[in-house]
Amino acid sequence: MYDSPTLETKLNTKNIKIAADNVQVYYGETHAIKDVSVQIQDKTVTAFIGPSGCGKSTFLRTLNRMNDTIDICRVQGNILLDGENIYDPRVDPVQLRAKVGMVFQKPNPFPKSIYDNVAYGPRIHGMSKSKADLDQIVETALRRGAIWDEVKDRLHAPGTGLSGGQQQRLCIARAVATEPEVLLMDEPCSALDPIATGQVEELIDELREDYSVVIVTHSMQQAARVSQKTAFFHLGNLVEYGDTSQIFTNPVDPRTESYITGRIG
Amino acid sequence: MPATWIFLIVLAIAAIGYVLGRSRALASASGDSRNLHSLPSYYGSHVALYVAVPSLLLFGLWLVVQPILIERHVQTLIPEASYQNQGELNLLMSDVHRIASGLDFAVDYGALGAQQALDLDTDTSDIRAILASVGVALGSDVSTQTLDAAKRYRALSATGDIFRSIAVLALALAGLGFAVIKTNRDFRARNAVERVILSLLILAASLAILTTVGIVLSLVFNTIEFFKLYPALDFFFGTTWSPSFGGGSQLGILPLFWGTFYISLIALAVAVPIGLFAAIYTSEYASPKVRSMAKPLLEILAGIPTIVYGLFALLTVGPGLMAVFGPNGGLGWMQGGTAVMTAGLVMGVMLIPFVSSLSDDIINSVPQSLRDGSLGLGATKSETIKQVVLPAALPGIVGAILLAASRAIGETMIVVLGAGAAARLSMNPFDAMTTVTAKIVSQLTGDADFASPEALVAFALGMTLFVITLGLNIFALWIVRKYREQYE
Repeated sequence: MYDSPTLETKLNTKNIKIAADNVQVYYGETHAIKDVSVQIQDKTVTAFIGPSGCGKSTFLRTLNRMNDTIDICRVQGNILLDGENIYDPRVDPVQLRAKVGMVFQKPNPFPKSIYDNVAYGPRIHGMSKSKADLDQIVETALRRGAIWDEVKDRLHAPGTGLSGGQQQRLCIARAVATEPEVLLMDEPCSALDPIATGQVEELIDELREDYSVVIVTHSMQQAARVSQKTAFFHLGNLVEYGDTSQIFTNPVDPRTESYITGRIG
Repeated sequence: MPATWIFLIVLAIAAIGYVLGRSRALASASGDSRNLHSLPSYYGSHVALYVAVPSLLLFGLWLVVQPILIERHVQTLIPEASYQNQGELNLLMSDVHRIASGLDFAVDYGALGAQQALDLDTDTSDIRAILASVGVALGSDVSTQTLDAAKRYRALSATGDIFRSIAVLALALAGLGFAVIKTNRDFRARNAVERVILSLLILAASLAILTTVGIVLSLVFNTIEFFKLYPALDFFFGTTWSPSFGGGSQLGILPLFWGTFYISLIALAVAVPIGLFAAIYTSEYASPKVRSMAKPLLEILAGIPTIVYGLFALLTVGPGLMAVFGPNGGLGWMQGGTAVMTAGLVMGVMLIPFVSSLSDDIINSVPQSLRDGSLGLGATKSETIKQVVLPAALPGIVGAILLAASRAIGETMIVVLGAGAAARLSMNPFDAMTTVTAKIVSQLTGDADFASPEALVAFALGMTLFVITLGLNIFALWIVRKYREQYE
């Protein structure tokens, strides 16, 4: 099933959160993802690395069916979340996305207050019984997003007025507020300065206690810092997947080695 | 020399200047254009501009000023005893113009010799008959003073025209000489042309602005004139509109205002929901194929002339509404086909493309990342639109609606044909009412005496309308601009 025999022994199948099996993605005629199979563990940070256009973001977006919003995109193969195929016709993609939250490359707070930004998901999904309940959910989410102390005095100020790093943490808090089981992050730090990046990375590490986190990143240092598992994509193929330490110190595939040493990319 | 010829000659000199300037520049660089400061064509254009611009400006100015000066002079020839007020003088002067141009015709067609025309005398020849033979009809017999004035007018025009030709052509040639002498390899023709182009652009912009100022000033002065004759308080707060040119008119703006407001309200009630929903469909749901079909089709509505909408109101919507709400339809709310409802519905249809097209652009400019963010949290498409996209686009949409509103307030043809002409204050949308614009038309059509309040009121109405729509437009632009700052 795997290219590398070492992986099979290391993966403990008991806490597999997402299992992708022979996934193909097409954009019109373009074959963007070729035959990708990967098993993502619970309570782990998994990093997707690879050169631009290698399909890592596309694959990330298949995990919560965000690709459904693109007309010309077709997905084949199975992706199991807790053993259930998310591409089964009976699965409601809207419900799925509440379970598999997503944080985007550019901070995208809604043009609403900080409070309303975080309360957006819980309100849509009817997660609170009362105003006090909702207040509690918002506070918890903001605390988890490590931004509560900075915004607690101005919860009703517009979210767009925050700095870039604060906005991204607000977006993480917003994603956390719907109590997802998996958190997908598409280059969450690419628009941030090093200090804000550090704060977000710290946050990702904390989030690992409760969630399975999948992060797409261009920065190999970042992948090395925050992730326990790393997958290397190249030209739509999953080249290598394994423990981060192993990928960065002792890659099996020559292409992985070329990439992490800076020869392709 | 006729004006067209002068114009063509100036252009011909300019063309010659172009060639001269170009070749002189090349000659000064010993035939190698790389030694020139500018491209050869710039030297040519520089000379051509020096020929054409000053002389054509003088020409245009002369065309405007000469008739005014001659008019002033000829007026003094008419004895003051023969008229009592400005109006009669104007009538006399128009007679003078007719005779003068009639004599020109007669000479052109050979009915009179050139010398004969100068020697004409009211006692010896029948001027009416001579002019009638070349197709110029005069209302009355020609008096000696009028004929003298007409002759004088002709003479002055003829001399003026000669001087005009000389001055314009001389200026053109002077420009040619001046520019050609300046032309040599080091002359910065490119920069000179740039400056001329700049001033031409400034001229165009200031003409547009000056025209606006002129329109506003004419409104303002006539409005002041009106308020001298009619109390402003009665105008703004009067509830009756009954102009009568015999005097004793009541010119209260309120019924017209109410009609305008009511019809616009119905129009917006039709256009805003339909236009907005159409915009949401085309921008968010429609596939690119459907969108590329549906959007132009919707925008065709904007290209229909309003008079056609008026006919539609008069012939289709009015009778249609009568069939339901009229006495025969059982409800009996409606007395005639022309009603606020008729005009409002049709005007609403007219406004749909304004709302939909602008809103569509605004909704499209909401960043995709916001939609992704909302969808990524598990919101459905309509939840996303309602809670994220529309609030983000709201200021722009409000701007679009306000622009549509100022269109509705200024609309005339649909009202004239669809809503009737009765100025009344009523709550019933099936009553005939009228608007400010429709009344401006009816006050000024026919022979208007611009000294009476009944005609001048049109300017006061226009001024009020102008202030309102200007305010709405500024408000709309302000909102749109504020919105833009958020995302760019």
